[in-house]
Amino acid sequence: MTEKRIRVLIAKPGLDGHDRGAKVVARALRDAGMEVIYTGLRQTPEMIAEAALQEDVDVVGLSILSGAHMALVPRVLDILKAQGQDQVKVFIGGIIPDEDVEALHAMGVAAVFGPGTRTQDIIEAIENAVKAAGIRA
Amino acid sequence: MRLVENVLAGDRLALARLLSLIENQEAEGLEALADLYPRTGHAHMIGVTGAPGTGKSTLVNQLVRRLRLSTPEGEDASIKVGVVAVDPSSPFSGGAILGDRIRMRDLAGDPGVFVRSMASRGALGGLASTTGGVAQALDAAGFAVILIETVGAGQAEVDIARTAHTTVVVTAPGMGDEVQAIKAGILEIADILVVNKADLPGAKNAMRVLQAMLEMGCPGNSSMSGEERDVGPAWHVPVVCTISTEGEGFDTLLDRILQHRDYLHASGGWSVRERERQRAALDALIRETLVERFHESQPDGKFEEILEKVVERELSPWQAVRELLHRENAE
Repeated sequence: MTEKRIRVLIAKPGLDGHDRGAKVVARALRDAGMEVIYTGLRQTPEMIAEAALQEDVDVVGLSILSGAHMALVPRVLDILKAQGQDQVKVFIGGIIPDEDVEALHAMGVAAVFGPGTRTQDIIEAIENAVKAAGIRA
Repeated sequence: MRLVENVLAGDRLALARLLSLIENQEAEGLEALADLYPRTGHAHMIGVTGAPGTGKSTLVNQLVRRLRLSTPEGEDASIKVGVVAVDPSSPFSGGAILGDRIRMRDLAGDPGVFVRSMASRGALGGLASTTGGVAQALDAAGFAVILIETVGAGQAEVDIARTAHTTVVVTAPGMGDEVQAIKAGILEIADILVVNKADLPGAKNAMRVLQAMLEMGCPGNSSMSGEERDVGPAWHVPVVCTISTEGEGFDTLLDRILQHRDYLHASGGWSVRERERQRAALDALIRETLVERFHESQPDGKFEEILEKVVERELSPWQAVRELLHRENAE
């Protein structure tokens, strides 16, 4: 009778107001059978981490187009860790210069998806990451 | 059990984990719920339902803010408020987009509030089958008021009336004429009717239509079962106008909600509802267990074989059931 689903929080930290990409990804994940908690625009790192905690998600997807990723992402990761949410996988989508991608990986980001990424690749990356973590189905 | 202890100690991460275990119907979650069960029964469960787009989430956001700002009589601090918000699962992929938090951003950062989104996971009554269990866990964890927001509900999604003590049905101007209002279903389960978005044209008319509908039903103007009606004076369903985005009308709405709670306590309706709720929950559990047991008892492929005969019109569904259950009894 147990039914497990991958739970994903999609959030837009910071101040840029373009959430079409986030919505497209949310929709694709829904169609892949995941439960997507969509929090909307202009979220602070604190709001995102707290929502991830309350919703007990496996994955947090951050959409950032503003260029503030090197400030926002470490903040989100730090709070998640401080709250004991070490198992949560963080994915980034948006406009991220190549030279920052490696730094983000080093911080603990699972993957970075730029413009033109196929949604199928995002779905697979999430499924694999969750499977590898071995927490849930 | 560690998890239960941590939840009772106020560990939010443990609570979140527990809610997932309950939602996924895992043995550990159900055991924890059993341990917590004696501590439930204290929270005031308020259901918020209504058609999609009537502003349920925004109304919940505003209500929780109000509840957190006030210190109720006999308490020395503001009460903790839990929110369970249900959105529909896709019938095709089983996935879901849970978007109720978008409208609840004012609640972020308040440690006295816990918001949990749930997908309906195939249940059709406006809630998920485990919503009641999730609400109970919040109850045991010390949340004194729990708001349960249903999926955008049309006319027949009335499970909330069996889960909540007080059901608030939210409408908005332009939702239909008098006949819509006297149809059976969702309006019947209202303890409180809200015309939200009251700044839109047609609000006065919507209010008039609802009030006329309620007066027509007098003295049965109540959402009570017959049994409940015997225990005291009837509850007169109030119609409240709100503008959730501005916070207008919420003093009145909160008053009405508290009045309804007091009314339930005074009239004995609280325990009647509690009993009905338990009856429905027990019924559902038994049904689920029996179905599971039935499937386990079937020899491999038997069900599919009979199903095939039904598809081919060799057996009617009733004959098929008789055959399947007869076999089970004979063995």
